[in-house]
Amino acid sequence: MSLSAKDKKTVKTFWAKVSSNGEAIGADALSRMLVVYPQTKTYFSHWKDLSPGSAPVVKHGATVMAGVADAVAKIDDLTSGLLSLSELHAFTLRVDPSNFKILSHNILVVLAIMFPTDFTPEVHVAMDKFLAAVARALSEKYR
Amino acid sequence: MVKWTEEERCIIRGVWEKVDIDEVGAQLWARALIVYPWIERYFGTFGDTFTTTAILNNPKLAALGKIVLAALDTAVKNMDNVKGAYASLSRVHYEKIKVDPEHFRLLAECITISIACKLKAELSPQVLSTWQKFLSAVVEAMSSQYK
Repeated sequence: MSLSAKDKKTVKTFWAKVSSNGEAIGADALSRMLVVYPQTKTYFSHWKDLSPGSAPVVKHGATVMAGVADAVAKIDDLTSGLLSLSELHAFTLRVDPSNFKILSHNILVVLAIMFPTDFTPEVHVAMDKFLAAVARALSEKYR
Repeated sequence: MVKWTEEERCIIRGVWEKVDIDEVGAQLWARALIVYPWIERYFGTFGDTFTTTAILNNPKLAALGKIVLAALDTAVKNMDNVKGAYASLSRVHYEKIKVDPEHFRLLAECITISIACKLKAELSPQVLSTWQKFLSAVVEAMSSQYK
């Protein structure tokens, strides 16, 4: 399930269209994740407020989407491109990799909500594959 | 509520009878930490959990393994209402210890593997299937209070 040339082109084109909304996408995706998948809250006990749209959620959503933007730029070699992020997640944050899939799903939902005409099945499959590839790269240093 | 046939109850009890809680419990967390090193995040107060040798010899981990299997014994004895039996345990793991419920799945995997080492061929496909159905019910019960 590796990214074809077509997938990469689709991701880059779509991302160019939506990236200016990166912060909003991140905030919404993270807000949804914390509500729909309450178990993910276990990683954020250090935040005062986990409600949708709260300050820490918005800030972190932006951080996550900056990471996604970085991944788009490094789409030709995600493993080496995301090496230090992988180390961060593996050794410091120690987020269970199963959560990458959960957050990816929420990002896709938000993309569909915000860009219903652009988020065609072709774009959907490319973004799904891309986020899965990002998750794989992030999992690289875990063991 | 999970429904058990008489045969399934027999199988689950049969497997559990063969598990020496002290023996399997002592090594359970060592296996989990070595196989899934990121769960180390919960063990900041357990002393040295950073090398394989330290993990294999850590007394706090050994003690916790026995506690977990004692709790599993409760599930075996309350098969018809594991959810009820585990409600407060689930709440504690969610609200106080803040465990990602994915890790219940990972620990269940380690329990099954440890039992496989003990039971060997006795853990036939049929027995394995039933045992895993039981552990899924346990994992679901442990996740039930995550709201």
